[in-house]
Amino acid sequence: MAILEVRDLSRSFGGLQAVFNVSFTVKNGSIKALIGPNGAGKTTLFNLISGFLKPDTGSVLFNNQKIHGLKPYQVAGKGLSRTFQHIKLFHKMTVLENIMIGRHIHSKAEFISGMFNLPWTQREEKAIRERSLEILNFLGLSEMADAEATSLAYGQQRIAELARALACEPKLLLLDEPAAGLNMRETAEMAKLIARIRDMGITVLIVEHDMSLVMNISDEIIVLSYGQKIADDIPLAIQKNSEVIRVYLGEEDA
Amino acid sequence: MGHQRYLQILGLISAVIAVQLFTYYTDTGHHLTQLTMSAYYSLVIIGLCLLIGYAGQISLGHAGFFAIGGYISAFLTTHNFLPYKDNYFISFLSKSGLLASREDLYGGQILIFHPWAACIAAVLFAVIVAYLIGGPVLKLKGHYLAMATLGFGIIVYKIVLGTEKFGAADGISDVPSFVLLPGVEITGKLPVRIMNYYVAWVIVIICMIILLNLINSRIGRALRSIHGAEDASNAMGVNTAKYKLNTFVLSAAFASVAGVFLTHYNGGIGPSEASVMKSVRYVAIVAVGGMANLWGALIMGVLLNFLSLRGYFGTYDDAVFGGILILIMLFAPEGLLRIDLFRSLKGMFLKISDSKEKT
Repeated sequence: MAILEVRDLSRSFGGLQAVFNVSFTVKNGSIKALIGPNGAGKTTLFNLISGFLKPDTGSVLFNNQKIHGLKPYQVAGKGLSRTFQHIKLFHKMTVLENIMIGRHIHSKAEFISGMFNLPWTQREEKAIRERSLEILNFLGLSEMADAEATSLAYGQQRIAELARALACEPKLLLLDEPAAGLNMRETAEMAKLIARIRDMGITVLIVEHDMSLVMNISDEIIVLSYGQKIADDIPLAIQKNSEVIRVYLGEEDA
Repeated sequence: MGHQRYLQILGLISAVIAVQLFTYYTDTGHHLTQLTMSAYYSLVIIGLCLLIGYAGQISLGHAGFFAIGGYISAFLTTHNFLPYKDNYFISFLSKSGLLASREDLYGGQILIFHPWAACIAAVLFAVIVAYLIGGPVLKLKGHYLAMATLGFGIIVYKIVLGTEKFGAADGISDVPSFVLLPGVEITGKLPVRIMNYYVAWVIVIICMIILLNLINSRIGRALRSIHGAEDASNAMGVNTAKYKLNTFVLSAAFASVAGVFLTHYNGGIGPSEASVMKSVRYVAIVAVGGMANLWGALIMGVLLNFLSLRGYFGTYDDAVFGGILILIMLFAPEGLLRIDLFRSLKGMFLKISDSKEKT
């Protein structure tokens, strides 16, 4: 069963066709990777799915509901959560507070109830804090809970961003280059973490450059080149796909 | 967390009482007038602190909202509506008890709005204006938002300055006192100076409690996340546009309430209250106060407004606040009264004393 279905999605910027007629599905409970050379349109595709960009044509269905055209916060409310290629943790907030923002869609105190600090909002705050600490524990970041998020080491910031996305308890998690800037050991840990997240029942769609990571953990891989899908298959088949090899390594006689 | 908040409020209450007792025993009761006015001004400042320091959205037009509050309540409580008595709308208002008649300066009868009705109308109008301009304007960021709100401030200033009914350059005077409750009125009359000092500070304390609760709630956290990384905040499910707008409107409501009360306290309002320099002053005070620091904004708001109203800055009044803003932006762009700054200063002193001990 497909949790995400992308149909004939296109988007151009001025004269540049960033994404052209891309269609694919993501199976519920799987890890699907999106790879391609620089400028292939991977991040644009992510932004189209998560509501940061609107498609020119085509549609995005999440659990058979159309989500293209929705604002990012509405997409998040449907159970689709994402991380960013360039880490976007909240400045001047602790790690714990960053994670607590992830609980936003699962809590409901608004301006008036916040201003009067009503008893039920106090209970809600306590629940938000406890759940966020649980998630930090799960990812092994609990000692850093009270540190300023942007003061963490780079690898830990990646984990913190992942924790924040997990706090949303998404059905589908979009990871935009989660291993970018990580060393080999950290990348291996990230791979394990992503596999554990999948085992929790969360579907993962991942954009990544690191081939070892992608080949190890993905159930399926899509390859984009110049905005078009050139392959969509299991990792073994992708490794042997002549078109993919040509795109990545260049023409044999070139 | 919660207990600390209420201890701080208790500290504020004690300070307010201590200051009054001090002025009583040192026979400096006349200072209470400026302290009362500063209290009302600090309502604008703590509201603006929420908008600038927490949600990260600048406004250089809040004197405009202050003036909308002050001018509308001044107009409705001084303008004689007797000639329109037969007008369907006015007679309806009169029958519902929203209008009151009183004697004017020359002993004639005039029909005016009850101050409560005028207050509600003024704040409601400011809120509507804030909603209307906040929607499009808050899509802008940084300098562009600053310029757009500055433009709004200038428009309000030009309107009050150019409107005959609002007294043009003279403003509106002879604004009656505002009876909040039987026996409690906002007025600048000398015999009730001490009571008015306490009325103003009770209002400030209530507003402080409300805002302290808000910044420590789910909403406060969401506002800080917008300040911290707006895109990420949106991706986490925070309706950033709505929250920015609500905060803008809330801070405008605070400014207009301050305008209403101070106008009744002073017995009038002039166009200088709407001037751009006033808006700059409010932003400068929020900056000195430490940006995301409500207590800093309150303390600096009272202190600097008090000094300014007592005339300590002389003819350089506006220049002082402009200068403060420039210095803060150059040397402490994240504000002056900040906890981390204190910590690093403390660290510096500790290091110095450490090295002294060693030698």
